[in-house]
Amino acid sequence: MNAPAKIVSRAERVQHVVSPGGVVAWLVEDYAVPLVAMDYSFHGGATQDPQGKAGAASLLAGMLDEGAGDLDAEAFHRALDDHAIRLSFNAERDDFGGRLQTLSRHTGKAFELLALAVNAPRFDAAPLERVRGQINAMLKRESKEPDAMAAQAWRRAAWPGHPYARASRGELGEVDAVTREDLVALHKRLLARDTLKIAVVGAIDAATLAGHLDAVFAGLPQTSALTPVPAIEVSGLGQRIVVDFDVPQANIRFGRPGIARRDPDYITAMVVNHILGGGSFTSRLFQEVREKRGLTYSVYSTLTTADSSPSLIGATSTKNERAGEALAVIEAECVRLALEGPTEDELDKAKKFIIGSYALRFDTSTKIAGHLQQLQREGFDAGYLDRRNAEVAAVTLEDARRVAKRLIDDGRMLVAIVGRPEGLAETVVA
Amino acid sequence: MVASVPLPLPETKDRPSSETGEGKSRHAGPRVNHFKLDNGMDVVVIPDHRAPVVTHMVWYRNGSADDPRGKSGIAHFLEHLMFKGTHNHKQGEFSHLVAELGGQENAFTSYDYTAYFQRVAREHLGVVMEFEADRMTGLTLTDDIVAPERDVVLEERRMRSDTDPASQLDEAMSAALFTHHSYGVPIIGWGHEIETLDRQDALAYYRRFYTPENAILVVAGDVEAPEVELLARATYGKIPARGEAPVRNRPREPEPRAERMVKLADEKVEQPQLERIYLVPSARTAQKGESEALDVLAHHLGGGQTSLLYRKLVLEKKLAVMAGAYYFGDALDASRFVIYALPAEGVGLEELERALDAAIAELKRDGVSAEDVARASTRLVAEAVYAQDNQASLARWFGAALANGETVEDVLSWSARIEAVTPQDVAKAIQWLERRRSVTGFLLKEEAA
Repeated sequence: MNAPAKIVSRAERVQHVVSPGGVVAWLVEDYAVPLVAMDYSFHGGATQDPQGKAGAASLLAGMLDEGAGDLDAEAFHRALDDHAIRLSFNAERDDFGGRLQTLSRHTGKAFELLALAVNAPRFDAAPLERVRGQINAMLKRESKEPDAMAAQAWRRAAWPGHPYARASRGELGEVDAVTREDLVALHKRLLARDTLKIAVVGAIDAATLAGHLDAVFAGLPQTSALTPVPAIEVSGLGQRIVVDFDVPQANIRFGRPGIARRDPDYITAMVVNHILGGGSFTSRLFQEVREKRGLTYSVYSTLTTADSSPSLIGATSTKNERAGEALAVIEAECVRLALEGPTEDELDKAKKFIIGSYALRFDTSTKIAGHLQQLQREGFDAGYLDRRNAEVAAVTLEDARRVAKRLIDDGRMLVAIVGRPEGLAETVVA
Repeated sequence: MVASVPLPLPETKDRPSSETGEGKSRHAGPRVNHFKLDNGMDVVVIPDHRAPVVTHMVWYRNGSADDPRGKSGIAHFLEHLMFKGTHNHKQGEFSHLVAELGGQENAFTSYDYTAYFQRVAREHLGVVMEFEADRMTGLTLTDDIVAPERDVVLEERRMRSDTDPASQLDEAMSAALFTHHSYGVPIIGWGHEIETLDRQDALAYYRRFYTPENAILVVAGDVEAPEVELLARATYGKIPARGEAPVRNRPREPEPRAERMVKLADEKVEQPQLERIYLVPSARTAQKGESEALDVLAHHLGGGQTSLLYRKLVLEKKLAVMAGAYYFGDALDASRFVIYALPAEGVGLEELERALDAAIAELKRDGVSAEDVARASTRLVAEAVYAQDNQASLARWFGAALANGETVEDVLSWSARIEAVTPQDVAKAIQWLERRRSVTGFLLKEEAA
């Protein structure tokens, strides 16, 4: 058990499938479990919602499996259920995506239903109103959830007037303005072959897959018609916005500009963020805010790779009486990291974690498909799968100090707080 | 359809299967090995060689329902304190080691069990086993470590419950459903009792339950049973047996006689909600085949968009935007069958409740067809095949089952038992859905005075 695992090339397992119709997909063939998983995306998600109609893409995602071709919504869902096929669509901020999972013996049926959903959605009136009602129900609930409220206040202050100020799922009131014609138009604009990225994992061979790919995607328009989304910096740095809400705990969201995914400093920034507030029990924020002071259950920071405004965002929640203290500790830790950089030991451990944990992204078909789709979306070739850990290993202390300074700079943050926080200095009350 | 439902749904009830059911591509399910160490600790090994990683879990057969009266939350609080160091390893050493190995770790507490896990590259299995075995008996606690962690738990409670009216309604419904059994107390505990928990409480609870006889080791991933057995003997196997497993003393819930209604109105509610919970047998307390019939019933009644409640309440009557049902069969004692619905704009909860009761009455009168049962069981059995894609899920299912006194064979034969459910079995299961066995919850918007 002590021998290191055999080093295998992940890239070599990826086949590039090109269908007769010219549709490209990455495929990892694996017959250990009798399942097939596919993950795919089109560029342009909720940012493409028409003005005053935030929620159009989210409604489109909710409608593609609500009847297509000869099948009305009920018949379509019955067909999925009878074959235990999992099919879903999702509108994210910059992308419109979909996932398909099927038992291998129903692969043909799964692709057949997907082809209908992608190419011939019906957008019938009854399901449209139903799905609209479901989205509104979720938005209503989120409108009084501290976490979602803080995210909304932060978003609106960070990107005023920009599509990013709106929630990807939609905005209450605007969802009602979306018409069937809007969905038809958005479907045509977004679902096109030029930005399509596909990854497939599981019990299927390249030739069989190629046929299915053509049936689903070859008939789509060649080019999408996306409204350009301007780049925008996070604004309001140094501001603290308080949304008064009668709850015992203050929900705090903080952030500032980040570093783009294809920036040469991104990998280093990922290491720096891991040290600051990345996902383990060892980060500085976790140690200082939770372990030493018992201020919170959860505190983290993360790098978002949004196309138009990459950012460094974090969040925590603490009882109102200690909100000022928690925020002061977070801000002090950010400034300290920018000024002093990480220690050699922290850097070493962070790199080990990031390198070692990469393997955990490859232990289920759906995770692998998701990651392979994302890499294509970000513009990488499959070789990245083997290069990535070497790039992390190459990060030096000097790099990390420089990028900590670049990323955190003077430490000024845009902060949004929902609750009745005490102990804060100057604040703007929303 | 819209994927995420704004309701506290349970974890998926997928189970691993021994085969895919009908069809030509019959596939062997997971190969599972089960044995005991000399000190009484159970070991389950589930090989999956697709990626060079392992999921390592240790389960203890105690959960919040075993908290002493007046000490609610102690099982969960101790779970937090288990990360605070031992005689051999100072606070944080284990977590730093796991992080340095690129691993993931965490722990969770449920009503009936508590579990700790790490996910690491296969070559690091031995070292995480050493550390996990070490903290089964070597925990050290000081007051200056316990106090801030109690604050962390209180913040966790504020985050999950005190700021969320829907969670508060759930707590009130559970408390009303279980009048005597400790499933009526929240897993995290009541706030006023968490505040009083101290080092002595934690250590007393620890000494009572953290023993090899009470523990189950589950390893899933890129390993085979012989190598796990060697490592287990060298680590957990060194812990002396205590003699016998601790006994859980839980009072039985009396036969319910009166239906109960719980309402919570709060200004923070924008989207009202209707919930109904029935007291029903769990897989452990049920007669043979009864729990499987309840699984099929829950799926037929409220499993997705083709289910009966969705069709009646959402599609036909348009009284709700969402409706569903689920059954918590994985419990040691009598458990919950839950139905929920979100009213459409302008629909009152009373009207929705009447329609719900009408749908259930109709189902009781008409029963289910063989086709309905076949459809539900196809879906359920397929979920078990999907489960095989995820070693961490497999580890959880076997761990949870063994913690509740089921066997590996019980888990592997689940698909076959589901396929054996008849319309008559489901008709019998429907009889559990009696109003006197239930609590109805209304989550309402409080209109400003």
